[in-house]
Amino acid sequence: MEQLLQQFASGLANGAIYACVALALVMIYVSTDHINFAQGEMAMFSTYISWQLMSWGMSFWVAFILTVMISFAMGVLIERLILRPLHNAPVLSIIVVFIGLLAIFNSMAGAFWSYLIKEFPSPFPKSDFGIAGVIGPHQLGVVLVTLIVLGLLFVFFRYTPLGLAMRAAAQNPQMARLVGVRVDWMLALGWGLAASVGAVAGIMVAHIVYLEPNMMGGILLYAFASALVGGISNPAGAVAGGFIVGILENMVAYAGNQIEKATGVYIIGNGEKLTVALIIVIFVLTVKPAGLFGRVVVKRV
Amino acid sequence: MAALLEVSGLKAFYGQTQSLYDVGFEIPTGGITTLLGANGAGKTTTLRAICNMVRTDGTIRFDGKNIRGMATEEIVRQRIAHVPEGRGTFTTLTVDENLRIAAYTRKDKQAVKDELERVFVYFPRLKERIQQQAGTLSGGEQQMLAIARALMLKPRLMLLDEPSFGLAPLIVLEIFRILRRINEEEKVSILLVEQNAALALDLATHAYVLETGKVVMSGPSDVVKNDENVRKSYLGY
Amino acid sequence: MAGSSKKWVLGAIVLAVLVPLLQPVFPEVVSNYRLFLISTMIIAAIAVLGLNLLTGFNGQFSLGHGAFYAVGAYTAAILMDKLNVPYWATIPAAAIVCFIVGYLFGLPALKLEGHYLALATFALALAVPQILKYKWLEGLTGGVQGIVLMKPEVPFGLPLSEDQWLYYFCLIVMIVLFWGAANMLNSRSGRAMMAIRDQYMAADTMGIDTALYKTVTFGISAAYTGIAGALSASAIAFVAPDSFGIFLSIKFLIGLVVGGIGSLLGSVLGGVFYVLVDNSAQSLTQFIRNDLGLPFDLSAYTVFGVLLIAIIYLMPMGIAGGLYMAYRKLRGARA
Repeated sequence: MEQLLQQFASGLANGAIYACVALALVMIYVSTDHINFAQGEMAMFSTYISWQLMSWGMSFWVAFILTVMISFAMGVLIERLILRPLHNAPVLSIIVVFIGLLAIFNSMAGAFWSYLIKEFPSPFPKSDFGIAGVIGPHQLGVVLVTLIVLGLLFVFFRYTPLGLAMRAAAQNPQMARLVGVRVDWMLALGWGLAASVGAVAGIMVAHIVYLEPNMMGGILLYAFASALVGGISNPAGAVAGGFIVGILENMVAYAGNQIEKATGVYIIGNGEKLTVALIIVIFVLTVKPAGLFGRVVVKRV
Repeated sequence: MAALLEVSGLKAFYGQTQSLYDVGFEIPTGGITTLLGANGAGKTTTLRAICNMVRTDGTIRFDGKNIRGMATEEIVRQRIAHVPEGRGTFTTLTVDENLRIAAYTRKDKQAVKDELERVFVYFPRLKERIQQQAGTLSGGEQQMLAIARALMLKPRLMLLDEPSFGLAPLIVLEIFRILRRINEEEKVSILLVEQNAALALDLATHAYVLETGKVVMSGPSDVVKNDENVRKSYLGY
Repeated sequence: MAGSSKKWVLGAIVLAVLVPLLQPVFPEVVSNYRLFLISTMIIAAIAVLGLNLLTGFNGQFSLGHGAFYAVGAYTAAILMDKLNVPYWATIPAAAIVCFIVGYLFGLPALKLEGHYLALATFALALAVPQILKYKWLEGLTGGVQGIVLMKPEVPFGLPLSEDQWLYYFCLIVMIVLFWGAANMLNSRSGRAMMAIRDQYMAADTMGIDTALYKTVTFGISAAYTGIAGALSASAIAFVAPDSFGIFLSIKFLIGLVVGGIGSLLGSVLGGVFYVLVDNSAQSLTQFIRNDLGLPFDLSAYTVFGVLLIAIIYLMPMGIAGGLYMAYRKLRGARA
């Protein structure tokens, strides 16, 4: 029973990470109709930045805040400089540019900080945080930080004029212009926010998966699965999808462990997590593309 | 009295296809002008051209300032409000949010609040439905919301594209009455594009008739109303 | 194929056949290592052609062709390792297996458009190494350690080195495959494929069985890239899961975009290109480290990434497209 709870808690923590990355993906998708394939590598690069800041003597949370701000600027710059001119380019061109960004971020991280796996500190005190036997200090911290960030974003979008303008720009850019909203800047801000949220996810997960340039690959795949499960056009759905997928992932691994213990037969375990994510992705895309909470996009004739 | 909006030699293009060939007209300050014409004559395109939503050539001056080629949102910030075909309400946002978004560009919070109250005086129905999602409103209510939203921009000029489209006659009359009030009380000049020529000519002080991208007739609405060609083509008698 | 380009192609083939024979004359230049390198370029060209058939000529995006390459490589490896199948027989075997796998993937892909298909194939590419390491397949795949193979033996007692023979073998396969592709693309089927890419709705209403064409093209495309994989298994004499990760698919994409989408010549150029950059990355890194003194490990992928973006901006038709434009300008100037 204790192990089940631990797996569940682990699933929650993982789910929090997936929720963040999935949210970043959905924010960009909703405003630009594009899937940011480079989201994982951008988050990883941000995490390295925070590592670098800490190795220069900054405390964890100071580095955290600074990195989030730097990532925000990075996102805005990428949108304005690289993506804006390609506004009307064919879809394949834009996908290629995303892959290009992916390659650049991944290899530059390796170039600046080497491919050696690094440890990443956890800011959550081991002693009195967490609930013994159920959820560890870092995992609890991850869930809390994620909930705080998501809460802030919710308040921003729901109750501030800028958030409202961004929602309007994403929903109907033409009409948003007709009420005076500078839609192009809204897109850039959306990218900035997505980059920031990705950075949060990266910094939170680095302690669990260790810091190395390829750390976000699997997580990105899971974030795709989460966004699809939740409905790729629905930010709240993406968050829900993240938690659902995180818990599901761990429950499947747990079930596999139990079966192996009971029967000695290994069917599925931690080594198959990416395959499970792939199956989720293919399944949702072919059977229910709108996910749980999204809307189906009709093909335009 | 100098014209609020002066358009001359206006050409417009959808991609490679030319839609307007040589459109010219003037909107006097404080008046209601209507643009008539059959489907495809270029009425909607003209309104879009004013807001730079299509590629244009020619001259467009607003209050003496050249606005052709300015970004759409900057033109809007000159206080030109465009109520497009199909209303253009943000369907997933509430009535309240739809109105607030129009006040986004305005700094004076108190003035915005007063504005909101004034808008509800014109459109009491909207006040009742303030937290309702715009997409669930009826056609007439959405049209009212679109006009109310335009008012929130505190415009000097309001462009309306077929406000009567798809609405029941009684609602249309109500809306047109409100438009007249807005023109008189808020001092908003109006450029009205309408298929319903009779209603439009009743409301407007001046009229222009468009045919295949060119202005073929213009004048005070009484004169245009009684023109034989106009009567046959657009008024049905 | 236009008459003049046929001449160019024949000339290139003759040249290609003659080059290894120059080894006794120029042993330093036409070394075994160089021939091996060119063989890998030929394999790369075939892989990129496979992707081009699907994405360039038929408009279906794939970010996961590395998966089919892996299937081809492992099919060949397992056949050679477990069943002692001769290396040349693994080529058609891999083609058949990959065609089936590609066709099966093409079925659900019918429902996916643009970035959704890109997403699905991207997910596939991310998961491939893990799938290959799956415990139940370990008996066949050799798990993490992979399978060690033997390089193809020179047949009929020909006086060639192993690398010279490998080169010829790859060349023969490439000529057959490219000739097949050229014929297919010039036929009615080819035009139907391209019609589906350009004007899907129109193609559908014109009576082209779009579903059939799309799935079969997926199969053929997978088969081509799978053959490249099978060739690579023989060439490198080793397969292991971690060499078939997402970056392999990215390399194919680079070859596709830099070489030229929707161009046979582009596929060759693209394949040559990515092998070249891959291999010179090391010397480039050493140059930066030792000669410039900067403490950076420049990876080929930084170059790749920058090039991908630059090509989209400057030369979206790739090098082949650029060459074609230049050629037309020259001809125009002359006339």
